[in-house]
Amino acid sequence: MTGRKVIMNFEVTPTSHTLESYLARGGYKTLEKVLKELKPEDVTNEIVACGVQGRGGAAFPAGRKWQVVNPHDGQPHFLIANADEGEPGTFKDRWVLEHTPHTLLESMLIAAYALAARNTFVYIRGEFDQPYRRLAAAVEEAYAAGFFGENILGSGFSCDVYVFRGAGAYVCGEASSLLASIEGTRGYPRNRPPRLTVKGLYQYPTVVNNVETLSNLAWVMAHGAEEYRKIGTKTSPGTRLISISGHVRRPGVYEVEMGYSWAKFLHEDCGGILYERGLKAVIPGGISSQILTARDAKVLTAYDVESLTLDHDALWNVGSSLGSGGMIVIAEGTCMVSLLRVMLRFYHHESCGQCTPCREGMGWAHRILDRICAGQGRPEDIDRLVHISKFNDGTTICGLGDAAGYATVAIIDHFRDEFEYFIENKRSKYDGRLECLPGGAHG
Amino acid sequence: MRHLIPEFEKLKERLPKGLDSTLVLPCLRRIQEDRGYIADEDIDGLVEYLDVPRIQIEEVLTFYSMLRRKPIGRFHLQVCHNVSCTMRGAERMIDSLSRRLGVQPGQTTPDGRFTLSRVECLGSCGTAPVVMVNERYHELQSEESLEQLVAELERS
Ligand SMILES: Cc1cc2nc3c(=O)[nH]c(=O)nc-3n(C[C@H](O)[C@H](O)[C@H](O)COP(=O)(O)O)c2cc1C
Ligand code: SF4
Ligand code: FES
Repeated sequence: MTGRKVIMNFEVTPTSHTLESYLARGGYKTLEKVLKELKPEDVTNEIVACGVQGRGGAAFPAGRKWQVVNPHDGQPHFLIANADEGEPGTFKDRWVLEHTPHTLLESMLIAAYALAARNTFVYIRGEFDQPYRRLAAAVEEAYAAGFFGENILGSGFSCDVYVFRGAGAYVCGEASSLLASIEGTRGYPRNRPPRLTVKGLYQYPTVVNNVETLSNLAWVMAHGAEEYRKIGTKTSPGTRLISISGHVRRPGVYEVEMGYSWAKFLHEDCGGILYERGLKAVIPGGISSQILTARDAKVLTAYDVESLTLDHDALWNVGSSLGSGGMIVIAEGTCMVSLLRVMLRFYHHESCGQCTPCREGMGWAHRILDRICAGQGRPEDIDRLVHISKFNDGTTICGLGDAAGYATVAIIDHFRDEFEYFIENKRSKYDGRLECLPGGAHG
Repeated sequence: MRHLIPEFEKLKERLPKGLDSTLVLPCLRRIQEDRGYIADEDIDGLVEYLDVPRIQIEEVLTFYSMLRRKPIGRFHLQVCHNVSCTMRGAERMIDSLSRRLGVQPGQTTPDGRFTLSRVECLGSCGTAPVVMVNERYHELQSEESLEQLVAELERS
């Protein structure tokens, strides 16, 4: 067991995603209470007090973001749930959309009330099929039951929601790019300031929060900030949905209380490494978070008492982050040069092309990796890769370029010998594959 | 696209009033669902219907990887080749599909039935490797399951 639960706290059955089941779990009672008893600023104060941090990657406190919006300034405001979920390794928001879409919708209504947002959106990644269908069905159920539309539950508060489907662009998960996408243009991120909470969608104050961040809020408003703070650690309240994949026995989505032992999570809850292989490294929070060797994270076995804990501070202290919660487990024998090649191919493909260092740098780095993997690497390539990566730092508009650079440098720092070996011997130190097959040698 | 206008009008009900360029992507997606791709006349129709500059639609069409200007095969097989899927055999899946269909990723079979593509992470990494067939996800795939899938699609 991975600690207390806020979101995955019910039994999944073939009907547990429906409105009927959600109501039976006490659903939409909190909305009713909020609309009847609280003022918008009471809600915001509670969210500030509960300390919930953004789950989309940057861990910015949700309440502090909301405080920028004045619900009484008479302008239109917008609320967006970010369900773009494009960070490789991440598939946790999908769990919410498929299994408890009403938790998201009820939480969005509460948030919309606090922010005086008449119109809300869920921006869902374009490929999602079952999650989209479940969410769209839930929206229809919620409208039919009077939870969306005019004068909700007789409160005088009106709110609409629109499920907006993306069209296959990773960068559109970035909040300003996402807004451009809703506005019907290319998803180009834009420089801040002004912040989106000042000038967002169509230049109106807009709050963008991740699906998981928002999905905590119905619980927070039902039980209070004080109860919420009892879960997790002092600086990382609550839980995280962790989606774990790669060379792990039981991949999937787990709700983990912040502060839980990482070693225990990997080796016990997730069943350990595929085919009893040793653990080489872990990417903790999506490929844009910095890789950690199993030794650095002290998660070689389940009994590593020194193991890092799963919370924001613990990961920041070792130069990485919980990021998007997309954990990728890497077994001994995996070729890190090939891993970096797959990553750079992705960044190169997904760079929107606005900033020269990102556009040119990603392409350049990707070509270098292709060359190394084809046995034509040169000794100076390694330093060149580091140089290109560091050049992105602070020179780009959005986080894509930066994150790609940090991730690249982390892999080279930890596994430089493998790059040197590949270049010198014109082949991988292992078998050059990422796949882990049963039996002795990798592959 | 004109026959879809009543549907587009309906979408407006839950959208902020007067901000119709929000409909650009939803309309393009719906048109593509209908025709299989976006034709010149669709762009003309949309420019007129939404009153947005033509260049905006053209830019959107080149920016988003799911939108296309040309028809593709009846069955679009999209294999995720990002990290987690590759760690679970995506490259083997691509090789075997490529051999089976006799085309390289990015190509369509001469009979117009299958298009094979490589795509980035589909947000389904826990059930890797993942292959999308048109709209549907097929998770936890193996060379055997894909062989079966292709055989079924060939019969349909
Ligand atoms: C390239 C890039 C991609 C991103 N993709 C996502 C995403 O898919 N989902 C998400 O919630 N946040 C994503 N983000 C973070 C968002 O910009 C934003 O910080 C987040 O949605 C805010 O919500 P939160 O504070 O609740 O985390 C991305 C950021 C960048 C730079
Ligand atoms: S950093 Fe890259 S993805 Fe982000 S805005 Fe610049 S070019 Fe686009
Ligand atoms: S890596 Fe293939 S679905 Fe995420």
